[in-house]
Amino acid sequence: MKLVLEKRETVSSFYRFISPLLAIIMALVLGAAFLAASGFSPLKVYYYMWWGAFSDWYGISETLVTSIPIMLCALGVALAAKMLLWNVGAEGQFHMGAFAAAWVALSMPDAPAWQVMPLMVLAGMAAGAIWALLPAVPRAYLGVNEIITTLLLNYVAIYWVEYLVHGPWRDPVNLNFPLSAPFSSAARLPSLFGTRIHLGLVFALVAAGLIWFALGRTKWGYEVTVIGENPRAARYAGMNIERNIVLTMCLAGALAGLGGMAEVSAIAGRMTRQLSPGYGYSAIIVAWLAKVNPWAVVLVSVLFGGLLVGGYSAQVIGVSAASVNMLQGLMLFCVLATEALGRYRVRAVHAAVGGSGEEASIDG
Amino acid sequence: MGTVDYAVEMRDITKRFPGVIASNHVNLAVRRGSIHALLGENGAGKSTLMNILTGLLRPDSGEICVRGERVALRSPASAIALGIGMVHQHFRLVQTFTVAENITLGMSRPRFALDMAPIEREVAKLSSEYGLAVNPHAKIWQLSVGEQQRVEIIKMLYRGVDVLIMDEPTAVLTPQEVSELFETLRRMTADGKTIIFITHKLDEVMEISDRVTVLRAGKDVFSCDTRETNARELASMMVGREIGQAPERPPVAIGGPVLEVRELTAVGDRGTTVLAGIDLDVRAGEIHGIAGVAGNGQRELAEVITGLRRASVGSVHICGADMTNHTPRSIIEAGVSHIPEDRLGVGLAPNLNITYNAIMKRYRCNEMCRGPIVDATRARTWTDGLVERFNVKTPNLRTAVRLLSGGNSQRLLLARETSMEHKLVVAVHPTRGLDIGATEAVHTILLRERESGVGTLLISEDLEELIALCDRISVIYEGRIMGTVGRDELNLDEIGMMMAGVSAAEKGDGRLEAGA
Repeated sequence: MKLVLEKRETVSSFYRFISPLLAIIMALVLGAAFLAASGFSPLKVYYYMWWGAFSDWYGISETLVTSIPIMLCALGVALAAKMLLWNVGAEGQFHMGAFAAAWVALSMPDAPAWQVMPLMVLAGMAAGAIWALLPAVPRAYLGVNEIITTLLLNYVAIYWVEYLVHGPWRDPVNLNFPLSAPFSSAARLPSLFGTRIHLGLVFALVAAGLIWFALGRTKWGYEVTVIGENPRAARYAGMNIERNIVLTMCLAGALAGLGGMAEVSAIAGRMTRQLSPGYGYSAIIVAWLAKVNPWAVVLVSVLFGGLLVGGYSAQVIGVSAASVNMLQGLMLFCVLATEALGRYRVRAVHAAVGGSGEEASIDG
Repeated sequence: MGTVDYAVEMRDITKRFPGVIASNHVNLAVRRGSIHALLGENGAGKSTLMNILTGLLRPDSGEICVRGERVALRSPASAIALGIGMVHQHFRLVQTFTVAENITLGMSRPRFALDMAPIEREVAKLSSEYGLAVNPHAKIWQLSVGEQQRVEIIKMLYRGVDVLIMDEPTAVLTPQEVSELFETLRRMTADGKTIIFITHKLDEVMEISDRVTVLRAGKDVFSCDTRETNARELASMMVGREIGQAPERPPVAIGGPVLEVRELTAVGDRGTTVLAGIDLDVRAGEIHGIAGVAGNGQRELAEVITGLRRASVGSVHICGADMTNHTPRSIIEAGVSHIPEDRLGVGLAPNLNITYNAIMKRYRCNEMCRGPIVDATRARTWTDGLVERFNVKTPNLRTAVRLLSGGNSQRLLLARETSMEHKLVVAVHPTRGLDIGATEAVHTILLRERESGVGTLLISEDLEELIALCDRISVIYEGRIMGTVGRDELNLDEIGMMMAGVSAAEKGDGRLEAGA
């Protein structure tokens, strides 16, 4: 007997709805097996993580703080994914956004907030958009695979920031540390409720709302929806696919750039080389889990923020920080697995009798 | 069976897809060692039938016998194990692998260590045996299309196939390669192998096949030995169809030209010239039919007119304005409606709901929008009106279009296309795959268009449909217009001959009767 995969004729909508949940549970179970194998009690580890991320106001506020950059990057990834574009470059767009915002902040140390802050927002978004434009134009007009170009541009952006903080931007006061000079207080994004939660959360929520509205109600959102569903029909109906690819990618980059701006301005307060523990990559997983729905992106981002914050508290009992990356990876893996199982069914087939190679017909 | 030795018999095969019966109690018996042509329009059910025979699809009912024994085919692997293999129209080769590597790809032996030398020897032996010249060490991307096809054939021979299905094998070949392929096929049958040859080219059927079966609308309508028939009879078998009732055609004043096509040349998806200098007019209030066997440039003609394909030479004027190679959008705005051949692949977005599909060409209009925002209420009201007027049967407007039957999705498409501001309708096979009721509904809509003074270019393979509806019929063959006849001088024989590639001028030429 052997197992074969058979394509299903239809995918049940109920399954489609619960499959992300199923994926998260599967990932936690697989993660538990790994933790147990490395000598930790999985329940204890998960408890620590939960406790660290969601048990008190401090944990919750830190979770939200961590979720802000993920949210902004994931909204960008999701928007592009709506048109079947894989923006793997949120990490790079995030770094370029942070770089441009920091540049504004460092070159206007004495300017008041009402001057420097809007400029930082604009610069961050523009830099992210330009970083996304680089792969978008060849994708739109020449069909160059955006997955590879967006991914590779991440390294360019990350090393550009490394170069700046090790070289021209290094603050002479911190002689040996790769840090820029601190921003003026006018260039720091205000925080809310006396916690580290900052205005970036408002940016993210407004962006989610705008995307939700634009996709569902506007001409542009209508075009994006049709192009994503059937590009041939879109072309037949006279839509300009190339222009929409460029526009959507730029918006996606601008969102990630805004995330970088908010992070560098509100949290770091100076340019550093450790702005992101991979927010732009987590964002890809978030966008998948959220099925490209902006409100779901917000929720899943908070979950992933919690995962990171919880990971820090689990380190108290000796679990390595890499375990959290592994859990994230497992989640993406399980999302893909559950989606495959949505489209295929597993069927048991008896091995051929008499070597004719013909399979017995048993419907399962 | 009795005395006749059949390689494959398919009995009473039925396969339903949502909204269509792709195979309707089809019978097919193929003699061992013969070349059996399977002839039919696109959508006649040839591919479905062959996909059933190669295990890609399972029939809803009916039985299949291979060499007299009843079998169940669950996968292409099980078909190969029974000696049935197919060379698809689109080759399944890995471009960066060598010929030998492609041939062994997917086979379970050798199990682990891959020693290419014996495989290459075997490939070389097969290629000399059947005249399939190809270098086993060459990479696929270095080969011409004809050579790649040979690799596909060798791949099947290497797997011990003795019933080989060829899906429109000559579509991609040069004339020289075609005669080489035919030579190979003859050698294979001399060796006792059986070929099923899918095509819609009549001259090839006459040249290469021993027996022919014609499929039309999912049924096998005709079967006989090739020497007992001729191209003209086969053409009429392929395209004929009974229409419930000839629709009323009240006289209409014919106006000025809405479409003028001059010396139009265009290149197809495979890089070959598919339109070779087309001249054509459609006037207001006229239905101008384009008859022809599928694959002679019909789809490409419609695509060039509607801006979906570039014209390499020539011009397209719409209502007097030069619209050659303009964008689809500006051509839509110039008043051209398009009912594409591939309804669900091009004309509609099947996963989106009815409202989304209904406004696809209207969402930009001011009446549907407030600024950049689509007015959902007006969109729904508008769609409601369309669904009502064109009698689209659906539970509600939020239903995804893929859940509609073929007839209802075509009604929705026609509703959308004929309700926009337009002066020309380009309709490509608008009734293909539809049942009688839906077909009549489409005909009524097209005639209503004519009465309202719209010009229609109706591309169809269905001669009876063209005769029932058209004011003029032109015949297209290999990207050229062979001739045009008016409604009053219609002569079925003449049209049939032009469809087979004989122009009106060379009537009486012996070519058609060659096989009779």
